[in-house]
This record gives sequence, C-alpha cells and structure tokens, in this order.
Amino acid sequence: MKSITRNGLLLTIVFVLTFAPLIARKAEFAGSDAQAEQAIGSLDVNYTPWFKPLWKPPSGEVESFLFALQAALGSGFVFYFIGYSKGKHSASKRDQQ
Amino acid sequence: MLSGKLKKIGLLTAYVMAIYIFIPNNAYAMHIMEGFLPFNWAAFWWIAMIPFVIAGVRSIKKTVTLHPSLKMLLGMAGAFAFVLSALKIPSVTGSSSHPTGVGLGTILFGPTAMTVLGMIVLIFQALLLAHGGITTLGANTFSMGIVGPFVSYGIYKGCKKLGAPLWLSVFLSATLGDLMTYITTSFQLGLAFPAASGGVMASTLKFMGIFAFTQLPLAISEGILTVLVINILSAYSQKELGFLGVFTGKELPIKKQGVKV
Repeated sequence: MKSITRNGLLLTIVFVLTFAPLIARKAEFAGSDAQAEQAIGSLDVNYTPWFKPLWKPPSGEVESFLFALQAALGSGFVFYFIGYSKGKHSASKRDQQ
Repeated sequence: MLSGKLKKIGLLTAYVMAIYIFIPNNAYAMHIMEGFLPFNWAAFWWIAMIPFVIAGVRSIKKTVTLHPSLKMLLGMAGAFAFVLSALKIPSVTGSSSHPTGVGLGTILFGPTAMTVLGMIVLIFQALLLAHGGITTLGANTFSMGIVGPFVSYGIYKGCKKLGAPLWLSVFLSATLGDLMTYITTSFQLGLAFPAASGGVMASTLKFMGIFAFTQLPLAISEGILTVLVINILSAYSQKELGFLGVFTGKELPIKKQGVKV
C-alpha cells in the first residue's frame, strides 16, 4: 500500500474513534473535575482540598483559549519539524543526482 | 492486508458496542486536581519523582551532546506531548479525557527523557490552566512521565525482541503506556482514599472503572497517531532515527543518504 493511503486510513480510524461518541451518544462529555470531587467526597466525606490553584482561568472562554494555544504551539512545532525534515530529505536526494 | 484492516475495523466496532452496553454515563478522567491528594501522599509522589527527573536531565544532556542534530527531534517529541495533552477528546463513556503523547518520545529518546518533558507539560497545565496541580505534580508526573513511559519502553523493546514489525511495536507501546498512565492515577487515588469497605483495592477499582474505560479509545487513537509520526519520520529522518537505534538493520529502508549535513 502506498504510504499516503496507509496514513490516510490511519487518520480515518482516529477520526472515527474521536467523533463517533459525539454522534452515537447523548452525554455531556464533561471533563468533570467536579465529578472527581464528588467521587472523592463519597469515599472520604471529610476531605477538603488543602491547596487551591494559584491562578485559575477567569472563564471557560479563557480556558479554552489557553488550551487551543497549547495545541497550536505544539502542532505548529510538530509540523514545522516535519516540513523541515521533508525539505532536507528531498534536498539531499537532489544533490545525489 | 486489506482483510486484516477489515478485521481490525470489525474488532473496533465490536469494542465500541461493548462499551456502549456495559459502561454507564458520566465517567471522568483527567489528572489529579490541585489539592486533591492529602499532603503526605502529595509529598511521597514528589519525592518518588525526583530521581527520575535527575536521570532524565542526564539522559537528555547525553543525547544532545552526542548528537546535537537531535535537538529538533527532541523538541518535536515534546511538542507532540504538548499537543496531545491539550486535546480533551470525547470518549464512548460520555465523558472526555486527553491522551498523554509521551509514547513517541519514549520510543525515540527513552523513558526518563519523557519524565522531564512530561513534567514540563504538566507544569504548564497546572500553572496556566488550573488543570492538574503543583501539589499533585509529583503524582501526575509519576503516572504520565514515569509509569507510562517505562511501560511503553518495556513493551517496545519486548515487541522488537519478539520480532514484531515496527508499526505494531510502536502501536502497542504508545497505547498501553497511555492506558497505564491512567491506571496509575486510579491507584494513586485509591491509595489516598481507600474505601470504607474493601480498602485500597475497592476504591482503586472504582477509580479504574472510571478512568481506564474512558481512556481506552483515546489510547488507541494515541497509538495510531504515534505510528503515523513514526511512519513520517522513517521516511524523512532516517539518519536521526538511525542515531537513536530505532531501526535495527533489517527494517531500514535501503536508500543511501550520501550527503553529510
């Protein structure tokens, strides 16, 4: 199989795994630190967290902005690297001929 | 080849259906939140983490001094973990979690290097996103930067020894490493909050039912993405992968790279 077909197939599987739950299921898909607190609360009724985050994103919007920024920075570098390697690879191939 | 693919897709479908039937709504899965480990446990995991961080810094220094050209690749491994742990992905259990992305770097640079990179990602998330925490940094680094990578590394080396193809070794290594990270988190919570009846094991299982099932499809996605990146790297960065011993002679596609850069 050509590598582009193969990689395309792999990406399709990831795509399905990621989006199928959204379509197939009615749920909130909460990341739910609140629920985690509940579960701990049910195991140890008296537990109170003894430390608060030093800084919290003031709103959901700011938080999703920061998460998006994290993803953008990361993928930016990943794809820069892939492009750089590809360029270097084809340049060295051209030099050989 | 194609029938193998179909079989795999069939298996996946069966798995997804099984999850829908057996798993109730409203599970959750994430790193341990700030302040949610009792002080003693938080301190314990911090101390447990430190030797691995030191070993990691040494290992990174050694790699970079030996092969300065690998710096970019190391950055890429870190960036990969950075992206993947920013993506909270919906899972079949009806809640969301995120992959860890440390499998790739483990395969390339070894497990302790990823302890350091994983810790950096966790510090970023703890300080800027209030996700995870500084008090729980030790515990979260232990699961994501130590247990996960060491499991990945063991499986990767084991698979290669058994002669498994590169893609399979990479897939299993990244997938199971991701899964083990969250199983470790369950243990950490179970140890800190033993159930009144059944103790540590009972509450670990409770947390595990929540964490591990949500994580399964994400772990599979992470495995596949890691295979993808390794595919791309083996096409364009053979020399670097050669330095790192990712290829053992026979897998190396025979294309001479005459030019020294």
